[in-house]
Amino acid sequence: MARVVVLGGGVAGHTTATFAAKWLGSQHEVVVVTPNSKWNWIPSNIWVGVGQMTKDEVTFDLAPVYQKAGIGFKQAKAVSINPEGNEGSNKPFVTIEYTGMGKTGQTENVEYDYLVNATGPKLNFAATPGLGDANGLGEFTVSVCTADHAVHANDELQKSIEKMKKGQRQKFLIGTGHGMCTCQGAAFEYIFNIEHELRKAGVRDMADMKWISNESFLGDFGMGGLHMKVGGYVVSSKLFAESLFAERGVDWLIGAHVNKVEAGKVHYELLDGSMGEEDFDFSMLIPPFAGVGLKAYNKTGEDITATVFAPNGFMKVDADYTPKPYAEWKASDWPRTYQNPSYKNMFAAGIAFAPPHIISKPMSSVNGTPINPTPPRTGMPSGIIGKAVAHSVCDLIQKGDKAHLHEASMAEMGAACVASAGKGVFSGTAAAMTVYPVVPDFEKYPGTGRDTDYTFGEIGLAGHWIKHILHYLFIYKAKLNPGWTLIPE
Amino acid sequence: MEKKVVHEELNFQRDDKMNLTMIPGKFARSMRTCLIWQFIRFVIINIKMIVVVGKSH
Ligand SMILES: Cc1cc2nc3c(=O)[nH]c(=O)nc-3n(C[C@H](O)[C@H](O)[C@H](O)COP(=O)(O)OP(=O)(O)OC[C@H]3O[C@@H](n4cnc5c(N)ncnc54)[C@H](O)[C@@H]3O)c2cc1C
Repeated sequence: MARVVVLGGGVAGHTTATFAAKWLGSQHEVVVVTPNSKWNWIPSNIWVGVGQMTKDEVTFDLAPVYQKAGIGFKQAKAVSINPEGNEGSNKPFVTIEYTGMGKTGQTENVEYDYLVNATGPKLNFAATPGLGDANGLGEFTVSVCTADHAVHANDELQKSIEKMKKGQRQKFLIGTGHGMCTCQGAAFEYIFNIEHELRKAGVRDMADMKWISNESFLGDFGMGGLHMKVGGYVVSSKLFAESLFAERGVDWLIGAHVNKVEAGKVHYELLDGSMGEEDFDFSMLIPPFAGVGLKAYNKTGEDITATVFAPNGFMKVDADYTPKPYAEWKASDWPRTYQNPSYKNMFAAGIAFAPPHIISKPMSSVNGTPINPTPPRTGMPSGIIGKAVAHSVCDLIQKGDKAHLHEASMAEMGAACVASAGKGVFSGTAAAMTVYPVVPDFEKYPGTGRDTDYTFGEIGLAGHWIKHILHYLFIYKAKLNPGWTLIPE
Repeated sequence: MEKKVVHEELNFQRDDKMNLTMIPGKFARSMRTCLIWQFIRFVIINIKMIVVVGKSH
């Protein structure tokens, strides 16, 4: 009997664990180690953050689902990996620290035959003074990255709305809280959902709204932007993003590295090297992401973290990490199997894998501060990678070490994204987009790096309906309800 | 002098950045929430997304 241990019960880890359990059956064991007792459909946190959904609508308890699927569940966080075992045993293990189940604080070594690291991002609030610290979000801004953060964000938003109703103007500042952030899409959704809610509440004219981000142009989204065919033209996402901001009367500041947050004020540096300040009454700034800080030790207890993980804390996989200039970046730099090069029974899926480089054009200010988005790994790629890794691990167990590994390169896969711009069955809108491939391949598509037959975007009520349906569909799938395998990632 | 105020065009005057972009007019805006048109778009977008999802798996 082989044991597969999956670290992280988010989009990627849940996909890996549930498919592995289904494909391996009861002859083998699948164990999930994850610190939260609940699964969260993170994209809908945006709607929690504007009071249009409750925390309960975007989360559910993991334990009964894993019990139904025959998956072992440990509510704990992984602390370190010993891929060679220790002096007493050759069996690899991961050290975990419980966060619930009545064992909070207790540690345990969990042995594995195959390990999948799907621990997602550490929300690195501490990278920007005032944005937060090692314990998480600070007191000056809000976040929508977790369901609890989103509940808090909505509480603060409602206070601002009340103030506006009493005649007090409010300044909203939404975007990224550091020069190296990703996830601009989430902040984009949040600013337009707020704008929509303010109009519904009849207080839009009392609000000044501003976007602040590390993108070098609006519509970069960490993917270097995208080009779409519209009205017989092929146009950049920049035009569409700027158009939406202008239509909704939202000002923007781009190429900004937020370097300090205080009560009601952010300090920033721009690409031209100038420094500035922006006041706010309400601010949601996405923190930069890092790996969750797992350590790795060899058999003798020596620290091999730098061998297993990249400096940003994400796990090294089969990518080409050779440093090279932007002009030499290739689609083939991106990983295909997500297998760790040093330990072949370890894989990383979703945000937890170390990308070879960013996707957007690298930029830094004249003072040398890097100000560019880091690569997004959205839900669909995370799910597809999670499933491919599950497939590989199952084949290795069932067919032996020579089994062919399954591939899911982000340079060969597309992503369907629906960015909400306001919720409402008849009044809602969302930008429905597909990009193919996620990582541009300028050798294959020399013009835009992408296939413009499969890269498109449009805004409307239809997008909102899709986003709303996806909310129910993915929660239905994650709960492993009948037919769950038929719903694509 | 009688003013001709086109509500959708007012934001061009907010600042230079907004002045240099494109802003949808009344027709384009109304199509975004027109139920019949959006139902058609719903079907088309779903087909497009299914094709992309199919190519990615
Ligand atoms: C507000 C917001 C909105 C978004 N909207 C969209 C959207 O509309 N569409 C889209 O495609 N994507 C969206 N995304 C991105 C999407 O949520 C991510 O791509 C996806 O969650 C990544 O999956 P993951 O499994 O890699 O990470 P996660 O889903 O974050 O899962 C990581 C898991 O690992 C656990 N973990 C953390 N540390 C440890 C540890 N030490 N040991 C064990 N487990 C650990 C975490 O608790 C979590 O359960 C959004 C993101 C945010 C923040």
